[in-house]
Amino acid sequence: MKLTRRHTLMMAVGSAVAAFMPVRAFAAVEEEIAAFTGGAEVGSDGITLIAPEIAENGNTVPIEVDAPGAEAIIVFAAGNPTPSVATFTFGALAASQSAATRIRLAGTQDVIAIARMPDGSFVQASQEVKVTIGGCGG
Amino acid sequence: MAENVKPRVRVPRDATAGEEITIKTLISHPMESGQRKDGDGNVIPRSIINRFTCTFNGETVIDVTLEPAISTNPYFEFQAIVPETGTFEFTWYDDDGDVYTDSKEITVG
Repeated sequence: MKLTRRHTLMMAVGSAVAAFMPVRAFAAVEEEIAAFTGGAEVGSDGITLIAPEIAENGNTVPIEVDAPGAEAIIVFAAGNPTPSVATFTFGALAASQSAATRIRLAGTQDVIAIARMPDGSFVQASQEVKVTIGGCGG
Repeated sequence: MAENVKPRVRVPRDATAGEEITIKTLISHPMESGQRKDGDGNVIPRSIINRFTCTFNGETVIDVTLEPAISTNPYFEFQAIVPETGTFEFTWYDDDGDVYTDSKEITVG
């Protein structure tokens, strides 16, 4: 392939876009959080997020969320291609507003849990998880 | 359709009225995220379980929305109150329209 001026320009644009990707992904998290909270102020008391500090395998990272009295808990992985992970909605027969599951993380990043309380307020907890091998099959 | 999908649920056999019990569920499913590529560089289409619910005698215990970031063989652990003798119903909804169910009876002694 001949390297023309046009090709060079396109490559430059491509790498610039690639360089901005993480920033865009981060903005996506902010947007999704805003979509869940409706832009309301988010507190930090009354929610626990248990995640490992270091996860060797990003394909299955055990996490646990607990927010006593919450209506729903949403979990985000800030650095994943699609940040939302799961939404837990608790019914009348849930003994505690907590749940444990296993998630995929593309790389070292923050895991964020936000709970919606019955009075319409929101609380948030986040923890950084260091991932040795990413879980996106890339 | 995802093959060999097998739900496994662990619920105690009996409880006292109003007792809080822990329920563990696991279902075998590849949870193809739609991010991976095959050997030829083609994207493997997304195929996941997108919703899981647990009810007891028709009342909701938990309702989970799953995204592709949930691991292969989705696992959930949560707590439920047992007011009376009855049946826990577990339902998983697949992207392709399949619904997988399991149920466990519990006796209040």
